[in-house]
Amino acid sequence: MTILHTDIFKIASHHRFQWEEAQQSHVILFPEGMVKLNGSAGEVLSLVDGKNSVDIIVTTLKQKFKDVKDLETDILSMIKFAHDKAWIEKIN
Amino acid sequence: MVTQNNGVAASVTHTQPLWLLAEITYRCPLHCAFCYNPTDYDKHTQNELSTEQWMNVLRDARKLGALQLGISGGEPLLRDDIEEIVVEAKKLGYYSNLITSGVGLTEKRIQAFKEGGLDHIQLSMHDITEEINNFITNTKTFELKKKVAAMIKNHGYPMVLNVVIHRYNIGHIKEILDMAEALGADYLELANTQYYGWSLINRNQLMPTKEQIDHAEKVTNEFREKVGSKMKVFFVVPDYFSDRPKKCMNGWGEVFMIVTANGDVLPCHSARVLPNIEFPNVRDKGLMWAWQDSPAFNRYRGDSWMKEPCRTCPEKEKDLGGCRCQAFLLSGDAESADPVCSLSPNHPIIEKAIEDAKNPTLQAQPILFRNDKNSKKILSGEAKDLIKDFHAVP
Ligand code: SF4
Ligand code: SF4
Repeated sequence: MTILHTDIFKIASHHRFQWEEAQQSHVILFPEGMVKLNGSAGEVLSLVDGKNSVDIIVTTLKQKFKDVKDLETDILSMIKFAHDKAWIEKIN
Repeated sequence: MVTQNNGVAASVTHTQPLWLLAEITYRCPLHCAFCYNPTDYDKHTQNELSTEQWMNVLRDARKLGALQLGISGGEPLLRDDIEEIVVEAKKLGYYSNLITSGVGLTEKRIQAFKEGGLDHIQLSMHDITEEINNFITNTKTFELKKKVAAMIKNHGYPMVLNVVIHRYNIGHIKEILDMAEALGADYLELANTQYYGWSLINRNQLMPTKEQIDHAEKVTNEFREKVGSKMKVFFVVPDYFSDRPKKCMNGWGEVFMIVTANGDVLPCHSARVLPNIEFPNVRDKGLMWAWQDSPAFNRYRGDSWMKEPCRTCPEKEKDLGGCRCQAFLLSGDAESADPVCSLSPNHPIIEKAIEDAKNPTLQAQPILFRNDKNSKKILSGEAKDLIKDFHAVP
């Protein structure tokens, strides 16, 4: 699936996304297990809330990390990856 | 870090119990012949932890880093405080999973679980005689499961069905798959029996042949093609038929912690069969000590405990020498390689077990069902001849 700027995603049902103090990272929890996310994946998924469009996510993160190169490409591929893994669902 | 063998370091200290399994009661309305509960469970049914004690376990485990909570048993629904436990689990940030046979699940209770924040329910199909037969022949139990399955789905839970596979139902794999589809299962786990506790005693009667397993796997694959993404089917191949052992519990005291009905803290379900290890109990020095400092949890962490052939084996990181309980139960030496491994000098034990399971006389022996009477018999020594081959139980 190609990710469009107008797409809106939410965390997939039966999945939970949360910050883990003990791991010092964001995690995704689901019936068969869990995934510990790296910093940038955590940043992206924090903004996946069923309201923000991909466009908003990109803009927000660009503001936050001004000097990072190729940020947009990274964000889009992260969203695609999360979608392929069924951690997130498209709602529009 | 512990001592390093052949240059491989094993981390011992910084492990976190990501999974907490609460075997909340050993009471159970079913009597499965392949139950992995301890055969002497009867002595653990009297002194169950209180609700308050479970709350403390949940809190302390969370502090240690636990994230996934499994509530199982026995039949957990026999306790009437699961509702409270679920609420606390949610508050603490666990992803919680109730593992139940469905017996005792009512509309009222499931509603309370949902409102309380239970994340997930796993429905198990366990009983070998009645339940599976009924299940296959579409009678009473199937009706119950159907009702429960509908309840689970209506409350927005995924329908996760777990069926233990053994000789008595492996021939009906097609029917089981169809029934799972009829129940609207989203996930189906076909778990081949593992031989611990009751199932070990009944191994000759329960173990299917390699041909049966291959056939079942083939049927499962065909079914997968047919249903596509609608239903995910997992087929767990039994370790007896492979030549390397499983990495049991992902390593002793690595990520998994079990607290039993009476408060014992274990690194795996059957660890209490191991000799000369005193397992900590939450009533004594608490969970933190149990996980981090107790001699029991440090006993087989890392790999410094290993003997040959594991000690110098280039594959040791992959399986950590397999399962300590299986090694002990079958060979009498908990520190030896899991006999499943073809490099183990004890591997012939596995080959013999597979042969024995083809022997019609042994197959025809009566099954010892998991019930209080039989547990007492084992405790009192009356059923000695049944367990003489195994270094298990008193
Ligand atoms: S395996 Fe059967 S007897 Fe054992 S706890 Fe589960 S449902 Fe009860
Ligand atoms: S010899 Fe030991 S470490 Fe090597 S593969 Fe066998 S069980 Fe694993």
